[in-house]
Amino acid sequence: MRKARNTRIEIMTNPSQASVASHAPAPLGGSLITPTTLICGVLIAIMLAVLAVRFFLGLGAVTNLNDGYPWGIWVVVDVIIGSAFACGGFSVAMLVYIFNRGEYHPLVRPALLASLFGYTLAGAGVIFDLGRWWNFWHIFSPSYWNPNSVMFEVAVCISLYIIVMWIEFSPAFLEQFGKYEVKKKLNKMLYIFVALGTVLPMMHQSSLGTLLVVMGVQINPLWATPLEPLLYLLTAITMGYAVVLFESCVASTGYRRKLETRLLTPMAKVMLGFLVAYLLVRIGDLVVRGALPHAFQASLEALMFWIETACFAAPLLLIGSEANRRNPARLFLAGMLLMLGGALLRLNGFLIGYETGDGFHYFPALPELLVTVGMFSVEVLGYIIITRRFPVLPREATTH
Amino acid sequence: MSSRRDFIKGFFASGTALAAGVASEPACARETKKLAPGAMGLLYDATLCVGCKACVSACKQANDNPPEFSTVDQLWDTPLDTSGHTFNLIKMYRNGTMEVKDQELDGYAFMKTSCMHCGDPSCVSACPVSAMAKDPVTGVVGYDPEKCIGCRYCVAACPFGIPKYQYDSPTGKIGKCELCRHRYKDGRYSACAEVCPTGATLFGKTSELLIEARRRLALKPGQRTKFPRGKLGGPDQSYEAPASKYLQHVYGEKEYGGTQVLKLSAVNFQKVGMPDLPENAAAALSETIQHTLYGNLIMPFAVLGVMAFAAKRNVKDDDAQGEKHED
Repeated sequence: MRKARNTRIEIMTNPSQASVASHAPAPLGGSLITPTTLICGVLIAIMLAVLAVRFFLGLGAVTNLNDGYPWGIWVVVDVIIGSAFACGGFSVAMLVYIFNRGEYHPLVRPALLASLFGYTLAGAGVIFDLGRWWNFWHIFSPSYWNPNSVMFEVAVCISLYIIVMWIEFSPAFLEQFGKYEVKKKLNKMLYIFVALGTVLPMMHQSSLGTLLVVMGVQINPLWATPLEPLLYLLTAITMGYAVVLFESCVASTGYRRKLETRLLTPMAKVMLGFLVAYLLVRIGDLVVRGALPHAFQASLEALMFWIETACFAAPLLLIGSEANRRNPARLFLAGMLLMLGGALLRLNGFLIGYETGDGFHYFPALPELLVTVGMFSVEVLGYIIITRRFPVLPREATTH
Repeated sequence: MSSRRDFIKGFFASGTALAAGVASEPACARETKKLAPGAMGLLYDATLCVGCKACVSACKQANDNPPEFSTVDQLWDTPLDTSGHTFNLIKMYRNGTMEVKDQELDGYAFMKTSCMHCGDPSCVSACPVSAMAKDPVTGVVGYDPEKCIGCRYCVAACPFGIPKYQYDSPTGKIGKCELCRHRYKDGRYSACAEVCPTGATLFGKTSELLIEARRRLALKPGQRTKFPRGKLGGPDQSYEAPASKYLQHVYGEKEYGGTQVLKLSAVNFQKVGMPDLPENAAAALSETIQHTLYGNLIMPFAVLGVMAFAAKRNVKDDDAQGEKHED
């Protein structure tokens, strides 16, 4: 078990184990007060101020939500796209523990941390958006359940997954606080949480796509398909790897660490595998449903479709060859494009391609945007604090 | 190479299971639901409507809703669309010189906007906490604010744009027509039908309203006939008038498998704001997907079993690997 091994490493003194120890996660240390953390703090304070207004005066006071667009960026960006961005932990854990690719092990903890933040914040973001948030507990009370509702499935699954992820990540805290006995006990059951940690995101990431189905004719045919769950699942996995590429590059630049290219290069190939599967399903579906003509109309929807498709297709050219996959700049760019493509698939389906008729418009209000920015800042700040104080990133010979 | 083989095996095991479940004709495909025999509804005949908006006013009173203003002087209730505080509205279609009523070119027409009380409602399917529910007898789609979490998925789901949230309040509710179900116990019925002076909005059992609608469509334009008012089958309040030139389409008879509110019009339904809907309800497709994937949690537990098996084995492998090397 990964955590078991790490425990052993910490109590081992045999020099022959040095090479293993060098990759074990360790806190980075360093100051928590930097320009980045200060800016994050200010943005979070602004977000809290906006949220105070929202909770005292209602959603209309701070958002541009209206009768035609009941869902804005707090749902589509913070929750639907945010949780897909948080699929790194799921994608990497699946690679390591389900497909038995142990070599990617050092990527698990940092990816899981980002996922933990992404999902916990998506969960919190839901509360900000709920019009009758004090009733949220109804989701967990069987007398209220509606198992026909896709939203019900999403809500229950995401809530469970957040709990599962905290348990999956808890060894990092247990190590830091020296609770090795608890960690040992947890390790024996950890595989169950690892399994749950792959099944639950598979369930709700696909269901996030199914959410569109009941909206029926209101969704532009370019994004309205019964294959929605498969498209959302494949892109969530792809985005998971893309986010790991992105984060690894940012963390190595930000913390002046060496980029783990030896892991990222082969992982990018796995990512391309999922990407090709997605593109085949996506294009095949459009052709079979006869929806392709909608992509050749002079409309915003068609333009957005092509931007989205370009974001998915470009990485094939950028990092299609093994040599190009060794290039950090190309890996970073490909990761960014796939994150953007996946984000656009969701934004286009839920907002751009959503038409309720008679002239309703939606563009987020400034306070609404500030909350989304604030949520992002919480994520960045949390990542910095935890990687500096808890054993998450692989130890580097040059750093400590 | 064994890990690669595992990878491919695993990919097919999980990936194709999902793909097959969604793409193939599923065993638990759910048909669009039919109307209950006791389904109650309205028949709105746009050709009889004179646009007096008595129904809009009566609806406000019956549902205790505040006026909404769209004019500077703010003297009268002047909502431009239904909202969390306006459940019923008469909208006007205008074209060119607007000379002739119920004419598409150079004419005008009215259309009622309120809940259609679908036989297979998207809002009910969408609601995660059963706050939107269909009465098993009357089929009325009712809303319970005590259950509602305010996610507004019902608002997004409805193809008619009917459930709407009250954004102006920190404790906003969803507002929608509930066919005045709260007035039945006093022997009253939908306020809009009760006050309609021309019988343009008629209350009754949907099955009987459909017969009345078909009767009207069979009339020759100009032919004199009796039009009931208020409640179909209630006290006789009918009057005689010439029939209009109807479109041969009872809106709501087939749309989404049938709605309890039916509409007749002389002007193209899409032009007066009613969406062109297929005969199969979106809820049927959505729930078919949902139950194919998660019915009785069979698929999730099967996948969980495979994942747990793989994880247990590989977590152990991982453990052993740590002893030897890490590459």
